Amino acid sequence: MKLVFEIARGDFTAAGKASSGIKKVLKQLLVDPKTIKRIVVAVYEAEVNVVAHSVGGTLTANISGNEITVVVQDYGPGISDIEQAMKVGFSTASRKVREMGFGAGMGLPNIKKNTDELTIQSQPGKGTMLVFSISI
Amino acid sequence: MRLTEIIRLTRAHLAIGSEIEVRDIQKAFSSDLMSDVLTLDTEHILLITGLANVQLVRTAEMADIEVVLLARNKKASPEMIELAKETGLVILETPYSIFRASGILYENGLNPVY
Repeated sequence: MKLVFEIARGDFTAAGKASSGIKKVLKQLLVDPKTIKRIVVAVYEAEVNVVAHSVGGTLTANISGNEITVVVQDYGPGISDIEQAMKVGFSTASRKVREMGFGAGMGLPNIKKNTDELTIQSQPGKGTMLVFSISI
Repeated sequence: MRLTEIIRLTRAHLAIGSEIEVRDIQKAFSSDLMSDVLTLDTEHILLITGLANVQLVRTAEMADIEVVLLARNKKASPEMIELAKETGLVILETPYSIFRASGILYENGLNPVY
């Protein structure tokens, strides 16, 4: 099963639509609630990142067999230092993002915490691709 | 602690939510930082917060939190209420500060997450 969501730049009201949609499907598939939470928290953090930091992107979730794989691709501006971005507390978030209750430099580390595998590829000026998977 | 007791102790107003009489909550967490809420490994808690926006409702949905208490007379916006109806979230509004609401509930036996 493949689910595809478009994520628009700066659209905070829409942030959460992908994670909410994925949560409904996983509930229907009777996936363990603790596992569902790990998945949707990771997806929501990724959505907020795309809304807050990028010019927009897409989120694709593939559910097959006993695994869910999520690909989050944005169209820029990219991350110049991924290692730094993975550090707890490091953030380039705007004041607006912080006022929303985010931007504390906890998003990427929390995605890592909740997923079995995570890879981040980024090209400054082009975009970032985040791929993570979780056993279900 | 019964949800009805939480409402009584914090003089809270019910902005949206159902099945109030049958709900029971063991633990609470107070924060304005949604990133922090998303790192919790405990579910079905009461979230006490001063942040009243749509992201609060979304964060509660992803974190398996069914009840939030808005402190210091913060009001749930129509957008929040609309989304809460969809996700089944209970939103309460108290005139008390986060500190006071947390203190009263802690004193009366509601447990902390940490």
